[in-house]
Amino acid sequence: MAFTNDSHFEPCSGDLISGLQALLPEDSLVIGEEPVRPYECDGLTVYRETPLAVVIPENEAQVIAVLQLCHELGVPVVPRGAGTGLSGGALPHSQGVLLSMTKMKSIVRLDPKAQLAVVQPGVRNLAISEAAQPHGLYYAPDPSSQIACTIGGNVAENSGGVHCLKYGLTVHNVERVRVVLMDGDVVELGSEAPDSPGLDLLALFIGSEGLLGVVTEVTVRLIPTPESARLIMASFDSTTDAADAVAAIISAGIIPAGLEMMDQATSAAVEPFVNAGYDLDAAAILLAESDGSSEEVDAEIAKMEAVLQQCGARSMKVSTSEQQRLLFWAGRKAAFPAIGRISPDYYCMDGTIPRHRLGEMLSAIRSMETKYDLRCANVFHAGDGNLHPLIMFDANVEGEVERAEQFGAEILELSVAFGGSITGEHGVGAEKINQMCIQYNADELERFHSIKKAFDPQGLLNPGKAIPTLHRCAEYGAMIVHGGELPFPELPRF
Amino acid sequence: MAANFPFPNSPGFRRTESVEHCIEKWQQQIAKAAESNSPLSIRGGGSKDFYGRETVGDTLDSTAYSGIVSYEPSELVVTARAGTPLAALQDTLAEHNQALAFEPPHFGPATVGGCVAAGLSGPRRMRAGPLRDFVLGTQLLDGNGRLLNFGGQVMKNVAGYDISRLLAGSLGTLGIITEVSLKVLPAPEYEQTQLLTADLNEARALMRSWSGKPLPVSATLWSAGELHVRLSGANSAVQLAAKGIGGETLEQASAQTLWRKLREQELPFFTTGDQPLWRLALPACTTPAKDAAINENERLLEWNGGQCWLRSTLAAEKVRAFASNAGGHATLFRGGERSGDIFTPLAGALLTVHQRLKNEFDPKGIFNPGRMYPTL
Repeated sequence: MAFTNDSHFEPCSGDLISGLQALLPEDSLVIGEEPVRPYECDGLTVYRETPLAVVIPENEAQVIAVLQLCHELGVPVVPRGAGTGLSGGALPHSQGVLLSMTKMKSIVRLDPKAQLAVVQPGVRNLAISEAAQPHGLYYAPDPSSQIACTIGGNVAENSGGVHCLKYGLTVHNVERVRVVLMDGDVVELGSEAPDSPGLDLLALFIGSEGLLGVVTEVTVRLIPTPESARLIMASFDSTTDAADAVAAIISAGIIPAGLEMMDQATSAAVEPFVNAGYDLDAAAILLAESDGSSEEVDAEIAKMEAVLQQCGARSMKVSTSEQQRLLFWAGRKAAFPAIGRISPDYYCMDGTIPRHRLGEMLSAIRSMETKYDLRCANVFHAGDGNLHPLIMFDANVEGEVERAEQFGAEILELSVAFGGSITGEHGVGAEKINQMCIQYNADELERFHSIKKAFDPQGLLNPGKAIPTLHRCAEYGAMIVHGGELPFPELPRF
Repeated sequence: MAANFPFPNSPGFRRTESVEHCIEKWQQQIAKAAESNSPLSIRGGGSKDFYGRETVGDTLDSTAYSGIVSYEPSELVVTARAGTPLAALQDTLAEHNQALAFEPPHFGPATVGGCVAAGLSGPRRMRAGPLRDFVLGTQLLDGNGRLLNFGGQVMKNVAGYDISRLLAGSLGTLGIITEVSLKVLPAPEYEQTQLLTADLNEARALMRSWSGKPLPVSATLWSAGELHVRLSGANSAVQLAAKGIGGETLEQASAQTLWRKLREQELPFFTTGDQPLWRLALPACTTPAKDAAINENERLLEWNGGQCWLRSTLAAEKVRAFASNAGGHATLFRGGERSGDIFTPLAGALLTVHQRLKNEFDPKGIFNPGRMYPTL
């Protein structure tokens, strides 16, 4: 696999490196082919690129100074958190600076009364909840990489987690961000008070994949830790029954704290890993969690059990202790590494679809397994329609990489055809940039570019990612002709 | 099960032949306005005409473009055209025991498009979150008359910038919202309202103590020494919480009336006198520094103090200073001088970004110019 970044810049006229050296302490600047190597990719390791320099600022003043210098010299800048992202959003630009925010990792203020935490961008997601825990509070979004991923990265990607049906994504849990724009100006979006004067730029900024500004401080909302949580593990003879059960739970007026599905291939892969007691003969396993006061949880669990029974669950277990609840979750949370254990390589997709199309999607994926001669395991944030097919391949076998890539692209295109999206939580980054041409037409993409222009007129922040150029779409369109019609027929072909 | 509504002949929906031609008509209107540099004033039911700065230009009426496009209760999403009456949409959701959790105020014959453009949330916002949290997708006509779709009908979608949420509360300054997809939630299983006697400081202390605990508080209202607390959720949890909170339990009917009147600003606090009504958005659960000029009796608090309504003839700069000293901002919500600043003024790079965005979406400046700020 390769990613061609189609943003090109005039070779830097001034002396970037000496300029950076003048602004930064020695250990905040990494230069040289070998030293920058660890930064060549993020969680999507198939794409690699080395930057001219890696800058690791200690404070906002250094961020401002570095951005001003790069702005003046016309040098692109790629911001990076912990590098756990799965779409190549933090892939360096060969002509640019990689800005790693990991040194800015203090919790500035934790206010249990106001239920807010003000943190620097390099603070890890889980570290916020750990700091809030003594006050009976936590930060709700819990992406599976939460041990390592940073809040700055979460803001860039609008990260979710297994509890986001009930508790929302990053955008629902962040009150304010402080941002340095590419020209060095600082803006505050949102505040500790509800809403903000003017346009909702906070909502616009969250999920902007590092293209609009660099976050230097984030205020997150903390919520009271639920008194109790219990999990139902239900197995089904068919994925369709399991999918219908998901719809039935929601139709019954229940919003579970978590609602996850795993197919047979996934449970077979994770069971030896975690010994959670998953039903290996089941076509699909549903995990449905309830949290709240003990009274609420008991009532909701009973209601969900009845619905699941009615929907033909072949067996059900309800966690009776916190230890057992975590064990039931363990397999779901270990799905990615478990697949990594049974296959030399895997490619994780992230499409979202309206839930009622799930059955169709899964059978389409089964036909694709034959078509591309590759296996695929499926885990599904069933509550919010976010599917993670894990396409297994061996990069050392001639042609498998390309087949995996085509397999993934076909899933994403089908997600769009079903009325969904090419990405629910991993972001577009470098990886899905071509599929953006399918989800949006030229006018819509142009609108996206105009937003970028309002924040970063020179187009220096994380260029070439997230929003494809129309030229790129024209070239991609030439490869995927739908029904004999070229997308973007109005554009010239090169 | 998937229902695709060319919507029923229910009386709430005006569905005329013009629906099909609305977009085309509006595109022509936009082209004409752009050519002659004459502004358009986008209007739904006109229920929020009072809100924002004075509008100028020819009216672009959205009410003919009405109807629910799709509603699938088990997907928790409804898609409706901009001119759909908000009340009719809510009735449809109620038939399936679902609701708009942000409990939007109507202030009259509100439409769905106007509701989203105004971006206002009601009493339940303190628990459920603001309107913009529930916007999943929008269709928009921009200043070039192009029909654009952003977001969609799925809960999670991080492809491209979140333009749908940007449009929430944009007061029509970026374009004409033609269609909206909203996340809906099950209606609360059970609700109960408690009434306690408390002065402002006692009320603040009580609200602070509740908010730190996992209690099902879905709305709070403090006014003139009375604190009302609404609890929503499973019956057992509500009863238990009510016991802990104490006070007197309101009868269901009067509780419902109370919260509706609060939402619609029909309580005597809002309807008596002719002092301007200010909306102060403040960090919840904090106590703003004393300001003798801001009279306690002139205040009504919601959202644990996060939304403070003020009836006052004080000079605008004094009200704004009070709000900003407390870490918040003030909006001249009703009454007063409407040709000046209604919203807290923007400055510096933030204003520049606003102006650039406006210029990109609406290069000729034809959509509701000046409704939000003089220069937008």
